[in-house]
Amino acid sequence: MFVARSIAADHRDLIHDVSFDFHGRRMATCSSDQSVKVWDKSENGDWHCTASWKTHSGSVWRVTWAHPEFGQVLASCSFDRTAAVWEEIVGESNDKLRGQSHWVKRTTLVDSRTSVTDVKFAPKHMGLMLATCSADGVVRIYEAPDVMNLSQWSLQHEISCKLSCSCISWNPSSSRAHSPMIAVGSDDNSPNILAKVQIYEYNENTRKYAKAEALMTVTDPVHDIAFAPNLGRSFHILAVATKDVRIFTLKPLRKELTSSGGLTKFEIHIAAQFDNHNSQVWRVSWNITGTVLASSGDDGCVRLWKANYMDNWKCTGILKGNGSPVNGSSQQGVFNASLGSVNTSLQNSLNGSSAGRYFFPPLDSPRAGSRWSSHAQLLPPPPLIEPSCDADPASLQYPHPRRRCVSRPLNLLPENEGV
Amino acid sequence: VVPGVDSAARQLCFEWGPAEMLVCETLFGGRGGEPLDDRCQQSPTPRRFLAGAGEGRPSSSSVFVVRKDQDVYVQTLRKLFNESHGIFVGLQRSEEELAGKSRKAHLVQVSKNYRSVIRACMEDMHQAAVSARDPALHSQYSTQVSILSAMELIWNLCEILFVEAAVAGPLLIRLLDWVRLHVCDVNNMVREVLSSENPSKHELFWNVVDVFVLQGRMDEARHLLSKEASANPTSLTMCRVLDDLMKKMPVPSLGNMQTLTELELKWQHWHEECQRYLQDGTFASNSHMESICKVLLGDENAILEKKELLTTWYHFLVTRLLYCHPTVKPMELRCLKCLSFIMSCYLPPQSSMDLFLGGESSAEPLDIILMAAFEFEIHQVIKECSIALSNWWFVAHLTDLLDHCKLLQSHNLYFGSNMREFLLLEYASGLFSHHSLWQLGVDYFDHCPEYGRVYLELHIERIPLNTEQKALKVLRICEQRQMHEQVRSICKIMAMKALRNNRLGSALSWSIRAKDAAFATLISDRFLKDYCEKGCFSDLDLIDNLGPSMLLSDRLTFLGKYREFHRLYGEKRFSEAAKLLLMLMTAHIAPCSFWMTLLTDALPLLEQKEIIFSAEQTYELMRCLEDLTAGKSDKQKFQDDDVETMKVEMLRLALARNLARVIVKEGTLEGS
Repeated sequence: MFVARSIAADHRDLIHDVSFDFHGRRMATCSSDQSVKVWDKSENGDWHCTASWKTHSGSVWRVTWAHPEFGQVLASCSFDRTAAVWEEIVGESNDKLRGQSHWVKRTTLVDSRTSVTDVKFAPKHMGLMLATCSADGVVRIYEAPDVMNLSQWSLQHEISCKLSCSCISWNPSSSRAHSPMIAVGSDDNSPNILAKVQIYEYNENTRKYAKAEALMTVTDPVHDIAFAPNLGRSFHILAVATKDVRIFTLKPLRKELTSSGGLTKFEIHIAAQFDNHNSQVWRVSWNITGTVLASSGDDGCVRLWKANYMDNWKCTGILKGNGSPVNGSSQQGVFNASLGSVNTSLQNSLNGSSAGRYFFPPLDSPRAGSRWSSHAQLLPPPPLIEPSCDADPASLQYPHPRRRCVSRPLNLLPENEGV
Repeated sequence: VVPGVDSAARQLCFEWGPAEMLVCETLFGGRGGEPLDDRCQQSPTPRRFLAGAGEGRPSSSSVFVVRKDQDVYVQTLRKLFNESHGIFVGLQRSEEELAGKSRKAHLVQVSKNYRSVIRACMEDMHQAAVSARDPALHSQYSTQVSILSAMELIWNLCEILFVEAAVAGPLLIRLLDWVRLHVCDVNNMVREVLSSENPSKHELFWNVVDVFVLQGRMDEARHLLSKEASANPTSLTMCRVLDDLMKKMPVPSLGNMQTLTELELKWQHWHEECQRYLQDGTFASNSHMESICKVLLGDENAILEKKELLTTWYHFLVTRLLYCHPTVKPMELRCLKCLSFIMSCYLPPQSSMDLFLGGESSAEPLDIILMAAFEFEIHQVIKECSIALSNWWFVAHLTDLLDHCKLLQSHNLYFGSNMREFLLLEYASGLFSHHSLWQLGVDYFDHCPEYGRVYLELHIERIPLNTEQKALKVLRICEQRQMHEQVRSICKIMAMKALRNNRLGSALSWSIRAKDAAFATLISDRFLKDYCEKGCFSDLDLIDNLGPSMLLSDRLTFLGKYREFHRLYGEKRFSEAAKLLLMLMTAHIAPCSFWMTLLTDALPLLEQKEIIFSAEQTYELMRCLEDLTAGKSDKQKFQDDDVETMKVEMLRLALARNLARVIVKEGTLEGS
C-alpha cells in the first residue's frame, strides 16, 4: 500500500529537482526562483524546511548531495552558467534554536560558458569528485583534493562531447575490475543520427577520460540517464530517458592483449524498452538496490519498472499526478481524500509480481460473537482496483487471468511491454 | 533550444530515497508554464529566458513523499513480523540437524507456528477493530483481519497438502478440520439454538444439524437429534435409525489402525445400509431427515441444496469427498474435473455465465489460490498470493517453508531457489524501510545466498545514524559479517559528524575505528591547535589510552607522545619528560609548526633548580631552535610579532644558562 503526503515546498517558482540525502533524512529542492531549500525529517516524520537561500542568479536545474563521509555538502547547477558547492555550517545556538541551519558557498565553478545542466558527485570510493555538464557539450570533472577544504576544487578533466549535454551519470561500481566511467546524454534535437548517449571511461595510462562507447541506437534527444547500482555484477545496467524508456546492459569484453591498458569495449544489449509514457520521458532513476526503475514523462505519470527473478522487466506501478487542486496546498499530513487519483494508482504498488493489487473487501461488520466471520464474506465480487478516472486504459490493463502465462510464475508480462 | 509546445502539460520530477520516494510537479525541458497548484493564468513564455523572473509569481508547488511497503508501519502487524522472524531463523538453523521423518514433523510444527502467529495477530487486530471508534480506522482493521484470515486459510491448506503431504485417509480428516476451523458461523447458530427453550422447535434447528452433518461432526449431530427425539415422540424411530447410521459411519482414522481396503469395505457396507433405509421410505415422512440421509449417501443434488449452509465451494468440495470418496488420495484431488464446476455453484450468477464461456475468469483471487493449491500448482499458488496480498510477508515465508520441504526444487532447481531468494529479498527490503524493523531484515538477507549480502550492504549503509548507539548497532552487524567497506564508511560518517559538532574526542575515536589515517591526522591537528589556544587538552581519557592505535598516523603518534610528556611532567619525572620532548623533535615526530611550542615547553625544564638536560641534550635543543629560526626567511621574521621574538630570545638565554650550569656540573662530576 502507498501513502503519499505532501509538503508545501513554498518555492516561488517551478521546482526543477528534488534530492534525498544518502540516508533519506534530508532533502533538497531547487527551483526557478533561484533558491535551494533544505528539509529535515524530524523524529515524528514531519519534514521541516531548515534552510532556504538564494544560490544562483538563474533557474537552478539540479541539486545533489555528497556522500555523508564528506560532511553535509550540496552541489547545485544553474542556468547562470555556474555550478556551486555548498556546505552546512554547524549553527550558532541561535540558529539551532530556530531550527535553522546555515549553508555557505564553498566554491563557484565558473568554467562553463553556457547553462550547466547537470551536476553529480562521483561514487565515494573515488574521493570527493564532481562532474558537471553543460549545454555547450562539455563535461567537466572537478576534484577537491582536501576534503576538509571545499573551497579548493581543481578542474581535472574536460571532455568535449560535441553535442549539447543534458545529463550525466557515474557508474557506481566500486569493483577494481571497472575503471571510473561516466555516461553522458544529449538533448540535441537537430535532425541528425548521432548517438545521443556516450560513455567515457578513465584510462589509467593516459590518465584521461576517453570515449568507450556510444549507444548508436539512441538518436533521439536524451533527457536523463542513470546507471544502476552494481550488485557485484560484471556488467553494467544503464537506463536512458528519451522518447521512451530504455534499459541497456553493457557487458565489458575482455581487453585485447595487444591493446593492453586500452579502452574496454562493451557488448551492448537493450534489455527493455517501454513506450508506455507515449511521449518524451524526462527522468529515470533507480532505487537503492537497482531493482526498480522509475521514469516520468510528458504524460505526468511516474511509472515503476521492475524485473522479476527471471529478469523480465515490466511495469509494476504508476504514480499519477494530482489533477484536482489541493485545498490549501500548504497543509501537511496525509491527505488521502484530496489526493485521490494518486492514491488509487498508487495501489498498483511497487510489487514486482503484480501489475495490480487486490485487496480483500472489508468485512461488512463483525457479527456479534462470530470472530472472523466466514470467508463467505470475502467472496462478493471485489472491485479489482478501480482505475482512476483519467487513467489511460492501456496502462491500467491488468493481465487477464486467462491470458497469464501459467508456466512462468510471478511473471505476468503484460502485452507489448517486454522486449 | 526550447520546444515551446504543450505548455499546460505537467510533469513529475522524482527521486528515490532509501525508504520513500519524492515526487514533485515540475516541467522539464525548461519550457514555460504555470505551476500546477494554482493555475493562475500566465503567459507561456519559455521559462528558460525568464531566468530570475520568479518574483511576483505566487507559486508554491508541493513535494510529495510517497512511501511504499506501508504495511510495515502498521503497529499491530509488528508482532507478525517479529515473531515470524524468530520462526524463520529457527527454521534455517534446524535445516542441517534434521533428517527423515522427524524432519517432516518438524516442518509441520514450523508451519503451525507460523499459523499461530497469524492467528494471534488476527486476534489482536480484531480487538483493535472492535475497540476502534473511528469508522475509518475500524474498517482499516477489519480489512486487515480479513486479509489475515485469508492468509491463514491458504496457509493451512498448503500445510495439509504440501508440508504435511497427508496421505489418503488422514488427508480427508485434515481437510475436514480445515473446513471446521474456517467456517465458524455454525458455532453461533448452535449457541443460539441450544440456548433457546425448546431447541428442536427453533427455526434454525435443522440447519444446525445439517451443518454438523456436512462438516462430518457426527457426535454433535447425534446429540441434537436426541433432543429432537425426546421432544417429538412421533419421529423417535426415525431418529433412532438415523442416529444409528451416523454412529456406524466409518471414518478414516489418524492412527492408521485399519488399511484403506478395510475402510473401503466398511464404507461399502454402510453405504448399502443407508441406501436400504432411504429406499424403504423410513424417512419419507420427514423431509429433513430424508435429505440428511441423502447427504450421507453423497447425493450431489442433496448436498447442493444445502448450498447456503456450505457457504463456500471448498466446503462443498470437502463435504462431497467425505460422503462420496472418503479415501481420496492427494493426487486424486488434482484430477477432480469438477473443481471449476463446484466453484461455479458458489459464484454470483452473472459470473457463472462467464464461467461456461471460458474458465474461471471471474473467480476471486482467493478462490484461484485455493484452486491452484488443490491442483498442487505450487508456483501458481505463490504467484497468485503475491498478486493478491498487500505485502511480501506471506509469500516470502510460505515459499521459504516450501523450499525447505524440497518442494520447489522438484519443479526446477534453478527457479525454485531463485524464487525463494527473490521473495525474501523483497520482503527484507521492505523491512529495511522501517526505522526499527530493519534489524529483522538483516537475518533474512543472511539467508539469501546469492544477492543477500549485496542487498544488505546497500541497505545497511542507508540506515540513518541518528545516535551513537544506533551507529554502534549497525557497526556491530557489519563487523560480524566482515563488511569492511561499510564499517569504514559508517565510522567515517560518524567521525565527520562529530568533528562538525566539535566533539573532537568522539571524532578521533571514530576515525581510529575507521582506520582513516588522514582524518586522524586532521583531528590530531585540531587537538594540538586547541591545546595551543587553550593550554589544556580535552578528552584526556581517550588520548591517554590510545595504545597501539596511536601508530595510525604520525600526527596521532605525536599527539599521544606529547600528551605522555605532559603526564611525565605532571608527575615530576622531569628527566624522562625532557628526554621524550627532545626525542619528539630529533626524531621528527613533531610537525615543524609545533616545535616552537615544544621548545617553550622546555623552558620550565631548563629553569628548574636541578639540571635536567645534559650538555648534549642542550646542544640538541639549541640546534632545534636554530633550525627553526633559520628556516624562516627574514621577511617572515619581520612579520613575526614581538612575542615570538621575545620567546626565542628567552629560549636562547635559558639554553645558554642551562648549558653553563650543566658544563660546570658535568665538569665537576668528571673532575671528582
